[in-house]
Amino acid sequence: MALKQWILSGLLASTCLVSIAAAGPIENYSPVTTERLKNPEPGNWMHYRRTYDGQGYSPLDQINTSNVKNLTPAWTFSTGVVEGHQAPPIINNGVMFVSTPEGQVIALNAKTGDEYWRYKRQLPEDLFQLHPTNRGVGLWEDKLYLATTDDHLVALDAKTGKVVWDTKVQDYKKGQYLTLMPLVVDGKVIVGGSGGEFGIRGYIVAYDANTGKELWRTFTIPGPGEPGHDTWSGDDWKTGGAPAWMTGTYDVDTRTVYWGTGNAAPWPGETHPGDNLYSTSVLALDPDSGKMKSYFQYHQNDSWDWDEVDAPMLIDLQRDGRTIKSLVHPGRNAIFWVLERKPEGIKYVAGWPFVYTNVWKSIDPNGKPIADPAHKPGIGKRVEFCPSLWGGKDWPSAAYSQKTGLVYVPANENFCGGFTGEKVPLVAGKLWLGTKPEDIGLTPRPGATHFGELQAWDPATGKKAWSHNFPKSQLFGSVTATAGDLVFVGGTNDRMFRAFHAKTGELLWEQKTNSGIVGMPIAYEVDGTQYIAVQSGWGVDAQRIQDALVGKVPGLENNVPQGGVVWVFAVKK
Amino acid sequence: MCQDPTRRALILTALATGACLASSSPSIAEEDLPGSNERPQKGDVLVFAEGDRAGEVIKPQDLQAGGPPVRAWPKDPKTSVVRKGSRLNEVLVVKLEPTELDEETRSRAAGGVVAYSAICVHTGCPITAWVKAAGGDKDVFKCVCHNSEYDPRQSAQVIFGPAPRRLPALPLAPDDGPLTVAATFIGKVGAQQAR
Repeated sequence: MALKQWILSGLLASTCLVSIAAAGPIENYSPVTTERLKNPEPGNWMHYRRTYDGQGYSPLDQINTSNVKNLTPAWTFSTGVVEGHQAPPIINNGVMFVSTPEGQVIALNAKTGDEYWRYKRQLPEDLFQLHPTNRGVGLWEDKLYLATTDDHLVALDAKTGKVVWDTKVQDYKKGQYLTLMPLVVDGKVIVGGSGGEFGIRGYIVAYDANTGKELWRTFTIPGPGEPGHDTWSGDDWKTGGAPAWMTGTYDVDTRTVYWGTGNAAPWPGETHPGDNLYSTSVLALDPDSGKMKSYFQYHQNDSWDWDEVDAPMLIDLQRDGRTIKSLVHPGRNAIFWVLERKPEGIKYVAGWPFVYTNVWKSIDPNGKPIADPAHKPGIGKRVEFCPSLWGGKDWPSAAYSQKTGLVYVPANENFCGGFTGEKVPLVAGKLWLGTKPEDIGLTPRPGATHFGELQAWDPATGKKAWSHNFPKSQLFGSVTATAGDLVFVGGTNDRMFRAFHAKTGELLWEQKTNSGIVGMPIAYEVDGTQYIAVQSGWGVDAQRIQDALVGKVPGLENNVPQGGVVWVFAVKK
Repeated sequence: MCQDPTRRALILTALATGACLASSSPSIAEEDLPGSNERPQKGDVLVFAEGDRAGEVIKPQDLQAGGPPVRAWPKDPKTSVVRKGSRLNEVLVVKLEPTELDEETRSRAAGGVVAYSAICVHTGCPITAWVKAAGGDKDVFKCVCHNSEYDPRQSAQVIFGPAPRRLPALPLAPDDGPLTVAATFIGKVGAQQAR
C-alpha cells in the first residue's frame, strides 16, 4: 500500500485539510514524557482510561460518598457537533482536550471552560461514516494525536492546534476508518483500524510520534505462511475483518501492549469456516516491533458481530492464594474473562456469563466456549440469540476500583437478537454484513424487568457484589471509578449522569444533561479542586438500540436530543 | 470551497466533439473517465447501477409500481460516460402512484417516477432499504446506518431519525422515454459538517 504523508510546516498546503479558529495559544504547556505517561499525576487524565493498565480509576477522593450530593455544574461547553460524543476529556495540568465527531479537537482551560483553540478537520464530502465518533486524543511531548474517520492520523501542536504532520493510514474509500484514541508508548503512536463491516483485513500500526513515519504494521489476520493462517479457508483471510478499533492497554513492566480485535467478516460463521485467528481475541504485542508475543481468542468463528475490541484491564488479583497478574475483560460475548499474563503467554484462568446467554453451552478447561448450534447464525436461516449483537457489554469500558477490588460493568441484560445470514459479494467501500441490515433484530426477552444493568463483580471470586437495574433503558456508556468510593456513569436514555456508591451500589447523585451520555467520565484536579467531567452527546449505537426498541418497550423514552456539551462538575462550596 | 483532492478538473476539448473516450483510452478505469466525477447534468440519462442490467438505460416501464427503488447512475449521452466516479452521484429511482405525490414532488417526476440522491444527508451513508415507515404503513427510504427515513412522495422529507434535512431531489424530464435528468440536484448532496 502506498502511504502518502504530508509534513506540514505551518499551514502551507493544509488549507484543504483543516480550519482553525485560534482563540489564543496555550502558554506554559507541560510536555508529556514517557515517565509522566507511565506514572500520571493523580490530577491528570492523559490516557484513554487514565493509566496504561486500563483500569479507569482515579485516585482523587476530594469528591466522595459524603459530599457527592453537592456536586453541581462548574461550567459547560457546547461543541456545536451532533452524534456520539464518546471521548474522555483529556487533561494535562489544567488544559483539557476534547475530541468530537467530525474530527474536531477543542482545547479548553480545564478550570474555567475558556477555549484556547479549535481544530476542525475538513472531511471528504463523499465520506461514509457508519460510526461518526471519536474516542480521544493521545499526548506526547508538545503534540497530540487525532485518529480520523477519513483514516488519517494527525499530529497537532498542543499549544496552538496547528497541524504538525498528517499521515494517511489506509483508504477511506475502501471502508477503512479510525475512531479510537491513539496509544502513545515511548514515542510511538499506535492505532488500530475500524472497518469490520466493510470486509477489511484488520491491522495495528505504529508511527513515529515526531515525524509520522510508519514504524511497523501487524495484521490481525495472518497471511500465507504465518502462524494461524490455516484457521482460514481459501482467500477469506484477505477480507476477514478482525478490526482493532479500540485503544490498547500496556504492561509497563514487561513492555507488552494488549490489544483487542473484532469480529470475523462477514457476520455468519459459515461464510468464513475455521477458528479465524486472530479475530475476537486479545493480542500481546511488542511495542517496538509489533511482533506478536501471545494471544487468547475469546471465541472462535464469530457469527454474532461480537467484537472483543475493548482492551483488557491489567489487574493484580489475589486468587487461589497467590497474586495473579491478570487480564480482565467483560466480553461482548457475555462472558466475564479472567486471564493471566504469564512469561510464556496469556493463559485462561476463569470465565462466567455476566448476562443471560443461550449461545454458550460451556467453557472448556482451556477457555474455549462451546456454542449451541441452534443459536449460531448461518446461511439462509433466521437464528435468534441472546445477548443481542450489541452483546453483554459493547465497547463502553468497565472500570476497576483499587479500593473496593470490584470491576464495574456497563452491562445490557435481557436483549436478544437475530438475523438471517446470506452470502453476498464484497464491493469495496460498501457494507458487507452477510445479512440485510434491515433484518437485524433486537428483542426484549419475555418478562424482562430491565435492560441496562450496572454491575459490580469481584474478579477474584467471580461473585457479583451488587447491580443497579434500569427498567426502561439500555446502558451504553463507559464507567469510571474513583478513590472517593464513587462510580460514575451515563449511558441511559433519560439523559442522566449518575454517581453510585462503589461498595453498595446505592445511587447517591444524578443530574439530567442536555443529551444522552455515551462519553467516558473522568476525574481531574486543578489548583486543589477536584472536578468530574463528561461529554453528553447521544448517538451511534446507543441511538441504534433506542430506535430498535421503539414499539417494543412500553413507556420507552424516545426523545433523546443530540448535540454535544462538555459538562464539568465540582462540589459546591 | 476545497475540492476533493481526488477530483481532477479537466477541461477536455474532446468532450465538445463528443469523442468516445472510453474506446480511445481503454486503460483508464471507468471511474476515472473525464466527467465521471461530475454531478448529474441536465440531459443525462439514468442507467441501472447494479444487477443483470447494470449500465442499461432505465425506462419507466422497467420499474415496478410502488417500489422497491432501483439504484442508478447518471450517464452523459454525448460521451457515454457513466458518472460513477463519485459515490455522491448515485441516485434512487422509484415509481409511485402520481396521485400520492405532493405538488412539488410531482413537478419533478416523470409520471410517477421520482429520483433522489442515494446518499443519506446525516453522515453520508448509502440509503439501502425500502421498508414500512416507523410511524406509518407506507414504504419509505431508510438509511440503515442510523435509521433516518425519508418519504419520496413528499420531496423525501425526513420522517424519522437524525437526518437534518430532506434528500436532494433530481428532477426528471416528464417524458415517456428513457429517464432523463431535467436539472441538477436540488439541495446539497451528502452530509454537511458542523461549522
